[in-house]
Amino acid sequence: MQVKTPDRETVEPLVRTERRQRRLWHSRTLQGLGYATPTAVFVAVLFVLPLLLVGQMSLHDWPLLAGDQGANTPENYTDVTDSTLFWPAVRFTLLYTGIVTVVLLGLALLLALLVQESRPGTGFFRTVYFLPGALGLASASLLFWGMYSPTTGPLSRPLEELGLVDGPVSFLGTPTSALLSTVFLVVWKFAGFYMLILLVGLQRIPHELYEAARMDGAGRGQIFRSITLPLLRPSLALSLLLCVTGSLLAFDQFFVLTKGGPDNSTVTVVQLIYREAFQRLDLGTAAALSILVLAALLLLNALQFRGLRHADES
Amino acid sequence: MGSPFGSRGPVRRLVTAAVALAATVGLATACGSGDDDSGGGGGGTADAKGVDDGATLTMWTRAATRPQSEALVKAYNAHHKNKVELTVVPTDDYQAKVGAAAGSKDLPDLFASDVVFVPNYTSSGLFADLTGRIDALPFADDLAQSHIKAGTYDGKKYVVPHTLDLSVLFYNKDLYRRAKLDPGKPPTTLAEWDQQARAVDKLGGGVSGTFFGGNCGGCGVFTWWPSIWAAGEDVLNKDGTEALLASDTAEKVYDTYRGWVQDDIVAPGARDETGVTWTGVFPKGKVGVMPMPSTTLGLMPKDLDLGVAPIPGPDGGKSTFVGGDAIGISATSDKTDQAWNFLAWSVGDEAQVDVVAAHKDVVARTDLASNKYSKADPRLVTINQLVADGRTPYALKFGQTFNDPNGPWLTLMRDAVFGDAAKVEKDNEAVTASLTD
Repeated sequence: MQVKTPDRETVEPLVRTERRQRRLWHSRTLQGLGYATPTAVFVAVLFVLPLLLVGQMSLHDWPLLAGDQGANTPENYTDVTDSTLFWPAVRFTLLYTGIVTVVLLGLALLLALLVQESRPGTGFFRTVYFLPGALGLASASLLFWGMYSPTTGPLSRPLEELGLVDGPVSFLGTPTSALLSTVFLVVWKFAGFYMLILLVGLQRIPHELYEAARMDGAGRGQIFRSITLPLLRPSLALSLLLCVTGSLLAFDQFFVLTKGGPDNSTVTVVQLIYREAFQRLDLGTAAALSILVLAALLLLNALQFRGLRHADES
Repeated sequence: MGSPFGSRGPVRRLVTAAVALAATVGLATACGSGDDDSGGGGGGTADAKGVDDGATLTMWTRAATRPQSEALVKAYNAHHKNKVELTVVPTDDYQAKVGAAAGSKDLPDLFASDVVFVPNYTSSGLFADLTGRIDALPFADDLAQSHIKAGTYDGKKYVVPHTLDLSVLFYNKDLYRRAKLDPGKPPTTLAEWDQQARAVDKLGGGVSGTFFGGNCGGCGVFTWWPSIWAAGEDVLNKDGTEALLASDTAEKVYDTYRGWVQDDIVAPGARDETGVTWTGVFPKGKVGVMPMPSTTLGLMPKDLDLGVAPIPGPDGGKSTFVGGDAIGISATSDKTDQAWNFLAWSVGDEAQVDVVAAHKDVVARTDLASNKYSKADPRLVTINQLVADGRTPYALKFGQTFNDPNGPWLTLMRDAVFGDAAKVEKDNEAVTASLTD
């Protein structure tokens, strides 16, 4: 390229920089692609492909033992919603999610407020509160299953001897006690985890704000309502999202503790998916139910995001 | 969410499909030529005893029958060139594991199964046809016929009995003596069982009359149905498509159990018992008389003086649930002759007497019911002889109807004994609906 402008010496470097930048951009693109490819492949193989397969399965008659038997649309979906366990399971999952979310986040916030300030000993309590979170949910459930046993568990006998109860306590024996016993396990297991999220949020709130408020004569309750809660909103939002999603997908704890009993009172939606696939050996209906749950979760998350964004704007 | 079912990619499925196609074609040709061979004994000696040429055979079993399977495999490996590699799978995961492996044609050469799930597998074509080989065994007619029947589909035989687990009454002779009952006279009718359980329960001091798994469908099937069979009635129609679980006899059985619950004759925990610990109650020595699996006899404490008796019906008679595992060769195995060598040996005299009977387990053949080990323990003769009186129910949809903790049978059980007994009729219809699902 012929450069006709008089001052060649000032222009050439410019062109060179441009070229260098283009080369740099090229190598950056390659670099970026290089970094992204493993993750992209990972996501494609472990998420996108299975999702497509589940979609296909949900439209086909697909017994576990015999494989694809051709289209079965929309019977898989109607079979699932016609099942006598479906609506009770939906109701129970929502009830469980409601109870767990309120109790868990309330307690987590309380714990976070308790160990918020760095005083001697708070490190110990933070660790103690968080510790149950380090255990796997299935192992924790098994542990509680043993403790709840009316005949061999360690809880029933002392209560009997103290005269608090009459005969062995059946922690998992009635619908209400089974639900509450499971909620207790989940709260014990996860309160520390949500405490940690909220603690991080609390510590991001500048100290000056509290000082200024105190100087203006604000009381503890007022400070909590007007400073702590509004500034904690991002952390609360994250906790809420995680807690609701996790509870709607509850499986392990009920699978181990109650197996959906007594009398089908604690069957969650994901347990139904398991039942379709591995008790009724029907992957088609299991996939259909999975798709329904996925759709419900997407909808719910979208609503939650929207609600939180609105709250942020106002 | 999708991940539990979707680990198979399209490429893998293409391969699977190709293998399946090849297998089908192979099977078709094998069947075609098989007809000509059956008379002339095309495989020579291979058909009778199989082949022992140093092949490595893979085998799966579930944890519930692990001791029996391990003993057989160990004894076989010690004296054969073939080697069986046994993999034990947790009982609750077994159906899912077999299902997944069947889908991807990854089944082992040999796999055992809870005998009630066998019809589901034979009808799905998971096992290789063994009709000719089984019929050629000199003791074919003496093999536990209820297992053979469960493994027969469209007139073809696919499995032999592997381990037998029978439901029988265990009764605690010490408690019987203390309750002034004759320890030599176990119950012969449901009414006698009821009287004896109540007599033992009166002892008090933490002693209970009886026990059962009240939140466990499999336990109900195993321990309640023999009382109905003992009266000469059936619980399912022949094809396993219709439930007869609201009959007068069935109601009589439920009422007896209901009475035990109402009057607190049952040890604590029966209502919650999901089947994990139900066999752990009797060995503690605080229960009078209850149905137990025969495989637990060898595991009872040495100082527990226990007697064994058949489960009676309302007005006498006796029966048992012939459970346990049956075993077959997977349809996709390319070592059928070698695998048959193990199976033929496992039901032979040597394995049945010196391995199975020596471990106080039930032999798979009625002609060996009385052997040198059972002579030392008359309880074993009682159990072994029961095989002929027992039944193994047949239904394609057995697991999802009767074993599923959220299935219709458990609802019936709990309504009949703990809840609203008037619902049994309706629950029985739900069981039928599940069987024809």
